Amino acid sequence: MSPSHRDLTRLTITAAREGLSQGHFTATELAQAYLAAIEAAGDLNAYVLATPEKALEMAKASDARFASGEAGPLEGIPLGIKDMFATEGVRTTACSNILKNFVPPYESTVTSRLWKDGAVLLGKLNQDEFAMGSSTESSAFGAAVNPWRRAGSSQPLVPGGSSGGSAAAVAAQICAGAAGTDTGGSIRQPAAFTGTVGIKPTYGRCSRWGVVAYASSLDQAGPIARSVNDAALLLRSMAGHDPKDSTSVDLPVPDYEEHCGASVRGKRIGIPKEYRVDGMSAEITALWDKGADMLREAGAEIVEISLPHTRYALPAYYIVALAEASSNLARYDGVRYGERVSGRDIVDMYEKTRASGFGDEVRRRIMIGTYVLSAGYYDAYYLKAQQVRTLIKRDFETVFAEGIDAVLAPATPSPAFGIGEKSGADPVEMYLQDVFTVTLNMAGLPGIAVPAGLSSDGLPLGLQLIGRPFGEESLFALGQVIEEAAGRFEVTDRWWE
Amino acid sequence: MSVDQATVRRVAHLARIAVTEDEVAHLQGELNAILAFVEQLGEVDTTGVEPMTSVIPMKLPLREDVVNDGGYAERVLANAPAAEDGFFAVPKVVE
Repeated sequence: MSPSHRDLTRLTITAAREGLSQGHFTATELAQAYLAAIEAAGDLNAYVLATPEKALEMAKASDARFASGEAGPLEGIPLGIKDMFATEGVRTTACSNILKNFVPPYESTVTSRLWKDGAVLLGKLNQDEFAMGSSTESSAFGAAVNPWRRAGSSQPLVPGGSSGGSAAAVAAQICAGAAGTDTGGSIRQPAAFTGTVGIKPTYGRCSRWGVVAYASSLDQAGPIARSVNDAALLLRSMAGHDPKDSTSVDLPVPDYEEHCGASVRGKRIGIPKEYRVDGMSAEITALWDKGADMLREAGAEIVEISLPHTRYALPAYYIVALAEASSNLARYDGVRYGERVSGRDIVDMYEKTRASGFGDEVRRRIMIGTYVLSAGYYDAYYLKAQQVRTLIKRDFETVFAEGIDAVLAPATPSPAFGIGEKSGADPVEMYLQDVFTVTLNMAGLPGIAVPAGLSSDGLPLGLQLIGRPFGEESLFALGQVIEEAAGRFEVTDRWWE
Repeated sequence: MSVDQATVRRVAHLARIAVTEDEVAHLQGELNAILAFVEQLGEVDTTGVEPMTSVIPMKLPLREDVVNDGGYAERVLANAPAAEDGFFAVPKVVE
């Protein structure tokens, strides 16, 4: 007798892989179970496009490879893909009206590596428009909704952003795992808001080819998953050198799974005093202390450290990211792809096309970026921010040189907030969501967000571990310690079904 | 530094984004909020600090100067709002 749909969608990737290879169920049955779960989860608005036909076709091919003994490491595992990744023949919009009808004639390197390893595409996941946001409310498809709710409340909460659809889908178990992108915290903050695991690898670890560009010196792809081990499996497939991305690094990709469960005895973990920001809730402080205790009990040594330029990371980030965005998004001009609005001449056509195709937050960011790069302001803003970036990176280099193996910090300043709560007149209020995450993007370092507890009103809270460049292995080892001590966090009230 | 409404219009034009008169005042407020926030970088002494060019030390790879891709104009044009005879079509630029 084949297991019920819920029995299948509850499985981690690690467990599903075992069940598939033992023949307990087929890839087709697994895909069907997820497709039924997606069908029932419309209220979450996590998917902007489901691809059931493609999923079943890929699952069938996976079953054939199981039968012929050619199964890949992710054979038959159904995944959701953030709409930033170009998927050949499958509409890819970055959740912007300007790309509403864009159907890429090519596949991103990261997703093609997942398919090569046997994974199955379930569909494209919701996000903030062009990944610009921390709540997935700026999507042209409307806000995604967090499957978690505060105890005793039915108020809809954001799943974080920009990879909010990805995190919501993983937490709601309507995909086994997801590929996201992280420019300032867009994998780690939504993972923390949904009780899932998210890792932003070192800059250069994953190819950016075929990923819609936001801020090229900061963008990295990475997985969101239900467990540390699942994230390790996904990253191993996603990472690797790609000649089509000149910033992708030619280094061998370790078997990350081997490091989940490795001993962390003797590792020196830094606790940066500058991360104790004003107004941090007592709950987050307590979680942070608890995380340090978990690592200490596993034999790690906890050391207070100083990263003196921390508070300047966020303002410097907003200059660098917005400057790069204004340049990258110049390509949306209504000529090569996207929606065109006619005008009296070509400039008028550009201006009308871009005014109509971009949402408020994207327009705002492009304009700030344009301003800071405009004549007379370049040195005061962009050059200054890049100098500050050097200092931020130097802070980390100094502590690593002093023998620190990884840094432990909160992932977010608060648990998930309500939809509409932070979309007031001051955009900076939303930007503060990224206060603990942007430093890593600025320094190119890897970081993993792991759920570590629940807030007093029952929402997941995450901790973040920051590693040395290309030190993802130790993040998986340390993340596994936290997961084993804190347990995994599953949504129990499936209110959307 | 804060921007006035004339600057908002100038930046919008540089960014090739049409703005209506109603939007200008609104954008001015939002842009100034963001600029006020990044102003704090002025506190950091960056004398003699090299600006970051690459987070990971790497040499830009070079490849052979040969054609290694292309030859599929129809795929390149597949998403164009307007295309003619294997070219992108735009409103008249030169009189």
